[in-house]
Amino acid sequence: MKIKILAVALLSVGLTSTNAQAQTEIQWWHSMGGALGEKLNVLADKFNAGQKDYKVVTTYKGSYPESMTAAIAAFRAGSGPNLLQVFEVGTATMMAAKGAIVPVAQVMADAKEPFDPKAYLPTVTGYYSDLKGNMLSFPFNSSTVMFYINKDAFKKAGLDPNKAPKTWKEVLADAEKLKAAGQQCVYTTSWPSWTHIENFSAWHNVPIGTKQNGMGGLDTVFSINSPLHVRHIGMLSDMAKKGLFTYAGRTNQGDAKFSSGECAMFTGSAGAQAGIKKAGKVDWSINFIPYHDDVKGAPQNSIIGGASLWVMGGKKPAEYKGVAKFLAFLSRPEIQMEWHTGTGYVPITLASYELTRRSGFYDKNPGADMPVKQLTNKAPTANSKGLRFGNFVQGRTVIEEELEEVFSGKKDAKTALDDAVKRGNEILRQFEAANK
Amino acid sequence: MEKRVVFRSAWLPYLLVAPQLAITVVFFFWPAAQAVWYSFQLQDAFGLKTQFVGLQNFAHLFRDHNYLESFKVTAMFSALVAFFGIAISLLLATMADRVLRGAMAYKTLLIWPYAVAPAIAGVLWAFLFAPSIGIVTYVLKGWGVDWNWIINGDQAMLLVVIASVWKEISYNFLFFLAGLQSIPKSLIEAAAIDGAGPARRFWTIAFPLLSPTTFFLLVVNIVYAFFDTFGVIDATTQGGPGQATNILVYKVYHDGVKAADLGGSSAQSVILMFIVIALTVVQFRFIERKVQY
Repeated sequence: MKIKILAVALLSVGLTSTNAQAQTEIQWWHSMGGALGEKLNVLADKFNAGQKDYKVVTTYKGSYPESMTAAIAAFRAGSGPNLLQVFEVGTATMMAAKGAIVPVAQVMADAKEPFDPKAYLPTVTGYYSDLKGNMLSFPFNSSTVMFYINKDAFKKAGLDPNKAPKTWKEVLADAEKLKAAGQQCVYTTSWPSWTHIENFSAWHNVPIGTKQNGMGGLDTVFSINSPLHVRHIGMLSDMAKKGLFTYAGRTNQGDAKFSSGECAMFTGSAGAQAGIKKAGKVDWSINFIPYHDDVKGAPQNSIIGGASLWVMGGKKPAEYKGVAKFLAFLSRPEIQMEWHTGTGYVPITLASYELTRRSGFYDKNPGADMPVKQLTNKAPTANSKGLRFGNFVQGRTVIEEELEEVFSGKKDAKTALDDAVKRGNEILRQFEAANK
Repeated sequence: MEKRVVFRSAWLPYLLVAPQLAITVVFFFWPAAQAVWYSFQLQDAFGLKTQFVGLQNFAHLFRDHNYLESFKVTAMFSALVAFFGIAISLLLATMADRVLRGAMAYKTLLIWPYAVAPAIAGVLWAFLFAPSIGIVTYVLKGWGVDWNWIINGDQAMLLVVIASVWKEISYNFLFFLAGLQSIPKSLIEAAAIDGAGPARRFWTIAFPLLSPTTFFLLVVNIVYAFFDTFGVIDATTQGGPGQATNILVYKVYHDGVKAADLGGSSAQSVILMFIVIALTVVQFRFIERKVQY
């Protein structure tokens, strides 16, 4: 009897594996946990159900750095996925790995799949293209920094809840009033480097580094110790001393402080909306990030964060065909709209933005289109296209460490930013030497 | 008469230790040798381009002011972890040794934390001490303490020390308990009859007799603090705020695993390896003399 069961089991395994052989499998490693992972699987299932030749197999490989490390280790051992989701700070590392990746533009051209970089938001295309305009990776989930206020707290402090501060001057004035009304945590932020250095620079049209923020070559140096940067970080440090700014940590710890109602004002990812809605504790609004109104040209446009999909090298031709088909599928406006409305990430093609608008989604969800509007506020300049710094995982840690030295009162803004530039440049030189 | 077991065949003893040797070579010597080799190289993340750069990785590290600062942080962290880890578990072992009823339950509970992974221990303590939602923070606030390790370096250090010590207490406890139980009861009783109180009996009899155990645990705990604590740090402070808890091994982990800088990370681990070798030699040379076997 047992032998019979075993035989049937073996037979069925054999049958399914022959089935699988007829289909080409596309391995996709990603970092979308929880609800986001479910949405991602829905996309893959839809693609798999729509045709018979290819099967996209999704695997959750942990956080962004974890999945990237796993893919690097797999590549070194001679295997790895066809598609890898890599966060924006890993872009330079992936780009420099010429033998390990295949540019998306080339994958699409080889498979003769339609692909038009102009269909994407310019801030998105710029971030993931080389200087000739070839898209190197496929933009997947993009967000940007937004400014949130707690309307209840504003009302309590006698402020107009429908008038969120637009400039840092107004933020300061409102912060004093909120504090006077007994607000414990007035302003907090998630992602300090991404918000107060990277997006701050783009928003004020000042460079983060030379060579078009590193896009023009590996011999770039940081320029985040400009007088404007020093002034801004100095202002935050003063706010911290006066109890107007509460530092929350290096990643998204600020999100919980805002959604729980602890903090009245908050800068964080556009993706934080889902969490705030889910917590349902505060009456809030989403706004453009504040700017210094005496800076010429500000506000410019903000830059994206999030991740893109990289096509890995060294695979079979049939698999590349499947990858191209899948990426073409993901570019469809209705699929993009589903991902955008389901997750809170920005619609990254103009067509999907238009489609979502016409569907009436933004009327039912006021503010949901603010991130796109902020990203496309003006046509991007060399300072606001994005950034590309080698080994920016380390670089960002350096910036965050130095910011913490300021907020804890150990260094003044000028010293800390000078140190960040000095230490950051060492990392850039190291990367340049390794990727000559 | 000394009793000796002699193998008749020449190769059998080697065959019997071969599995252990193989494990040691494959999992300890081979990676260590690889680390030394990588530390002289400059590689991109994917290993597509490799250059031999001699001692450049090391020179780079020693030019970095923050790396040198990290030695101080590590020394302080290791000293605190080793001292409190040993002191607290010795106290607990002494207490548990005297318990008459339910001794098994106490012992089991005390050994329990050893089964918890370092990262989980870190998360656990981070939750208890979380700046806005932690229960301990809430109590401390009631006492007027402004607890915020996110920005206060000393408090961050305290947090990672507590989490690391808690994790190591069970291990130390086991050894101390075994050590205490092997002390002949007659010695203790004789001292008691001579009128020595519990404190005196502990310091003059138990503590000296435990010295081999204490010495062994000192070596093990320092190695633990140097190498095995990056999980706790990663789950809580990630080296911050600033550089306050950036111990050497965490930087090895961050640069190597998270930032894929293999050359730099290997150079750091080679340095770390030499430090621990040196420390162990020093301990055996100087401290072991005070040990009474």
